[in-house]
Amino acid sequence: MRGSLVAAAALLSSVAVAQTGIVQSVHVQGNVWMIVGAASNIAVQIGNDGILVVDTGGSETADEVLAAIRALSDKPIRWIVNTQAHSDHTGGNETISQAGETVNGNPAAIVAHENVLARMSAEDRPTTEWPLNTFFESGRDFYFNGEAVFLYHVPSAHTDGDIMVYFRGSDVLVTGDIFVTTHFPVVDLEYGGGIDGFVDGLNLALDITVPAFQQEGGTYVIPGHGRISDEADVLSYRDMTYFIRERVQHFIDGGMSLAGVQSERPAFDYEPRYSDEELPWTSEMFVESVYRSLEPASSR
Amino acid sequence: MPKIKVSDTIFVSGTKFLLLSVLAFALPAASAVAQINISGEWAGASHEDFDDRVPGDVQGDFTGVPVNDAARRYAEAFDVTRVAVLEHQCQPYNLAHIYRGPNQFRIWEEKNPANQEIIAYRIFNGTYMQPRTIWMDGREHPPEYAPHTHMGFSTGQWHGDILTVYSTHIKKEYYRRSGIPSSDRTTVTEHFIRHGNLLSHVMIINDPDYLSEPYVLSQEFTLMERGNQNWLYNCEYVMEVPMNKNEVPFYLPGDAPFIEDYSKLFGLPFEAVIGGAETTYPEYQPRLEELIRELGGQGE
Repeated sequence: MRGSLVAAAALLSSVAVAQTGIVQSVHVQGNVWMIVGAASNIAVQIGNDGILVVDTGGSETADEVLAAIRALSDKPIRWIVNTQAHSDHTGGNETISQAGETVNGNPAAIVAHENVLARMSAEDRPTTEWPLNTFFESGRDFYFNGEAVFLYHVPSAHTDGDIMVYFRGSDVLVTGDIFVTTHFPVVDLEYGGGIDGFVDGLNLALDITVPAFQQEGGTYVIPGHGRISDEADVLSYRDMTYFIRERVQHFIDGGMSLAGVQSERPAFDYEPRYSDEELPWTSEMFVESVYRSLEPASSR
Repeated sequence: MPKIKVSDTIFVSGTKFLLLSVLAFALPAASAVAQINISGEWAGASHEDFDDRVPGDVQGDFTGVPVNDAARRYAEAFDVTRVAVLEHQCQPYNLAHIYRGPNQFRIWEEKNPANQEIIAYRIFNGTYMQPRTIWMDGREHPPEYAPHTHMGFSTGQWHGDILTVYSTHIKKEYYRRSGIPSSDRTTVTEHFIRHGNLLSHVMIINDPDYLSEPYVLSQEFTLMERGNQNWLYNCEYVMEVPMNKNEVPFYLPGDAPFIEDYSKLFGLPFEAVIGGAETTYPEYQPRLEELIRELGGQGE
């Protein structure tokens, strides 16, 4: 069954690719734009220093994404940041990187947590897609286009290489798949994911975001998939993730088997919202991934 | 704006029925010039559904809301002390809920100076200081990836002297404070109908996630000739009791202690209180009487 979860997590990426629509950009706030329609959301920060791109979407839409970036600016693409390893977020790495140029004249540098490089190289992805500018600490920061850019590593959430990117001046947070508005959290156990990391990552996002007025606006959030959001949207997603984690933990503590937990349908109240029949990541798969994350090692 | 179908008899707000004429909806959309004026300061005539709208609903009051099974499960797990969580403290009501509170609001017109046509109606809802705009210039609703707000995105059309408004992009909240959820895929159709110094406000709420059929509500507002007393709501969240800020109160399945409060307070069968759409129709009356007889009541 664990294998089917892995397959489903991988399939979700391909379904996301299949669901791509028209690639287009929308201004979010400050220096940051969002590109939609490319298997996953892409953030683009533009300024006098050049262009920084967070995630590159699927390989199928790489040319359209590049055209969308070029329609926004003819500045050089200097940096690419990958929030994780999956191909719906990194498939355009080669195209976008090769179209860019660092100040040293190399293709645009791809930055990620080192676990992303480990995963992508293990998959035999082309070396031109690899993030060769990696870090292993809990975070990294640098200054680009007149604002501080923070990379926060969230260990063991969607995968073991997740990072969130915060543009401090623009006040925009890019979460990768730690936060989405379209489906239940995809806990990719094979890639080192875990439900507790998800909750931690969402709590971190709540710490970073500040609403402007009555839980609205202020810091805007670009999710891995779905619409532009703010703290209130992250909050409801955090609550959902937390509740389901707690319910499954309660059943495990009571000695319940996975089949027993599934029969209780601990995600039932959120199924209409997050269990899209067009997506292979079902409520049952999510619950199983939570269960597998939490079950004592001795029972595995 | 979608075509609106209104049956001859529709259920409105709790335990009352209201006949609405379909005639108004058959009228062609008219220009926003020379329509009845709805500008002014309006205050809620809160004697209508007073218990629900002013002191607030008793815990476990599901009556009149066509909840589906997922909404029921959500409400059963809801702990009202969730409002003490920092990020929840300043969350206002959303559009589908705000007119049910003790709301006063101000409406004014924004006109094109060149031709005096109404571009938009601006509304300031006193409760939670929520501004909203009803666009009258024929613009489209935003794409799916646009942010949601508490008041949503609204467009309006005149049908005779009835202003019909359609709203999307509404944030998640509740239909009642006792935890009946309203999802972020909720849409609201409103009719503003002026009769002298009274303004009737009808809402038809569609929620694919938590309602089994449209939820129809009506409220009356009185024109305030000497100005209004809008609330000021400068909410600032604060930790009042030392606690883990990332813990969110909730009840595990079967543990909610207040879920039958309303049922017990009014001597109503819990099945009838939580029954959803079926219980809102006259055809349910025999079943209600049967249940009350089983409880030992008179069935009248």
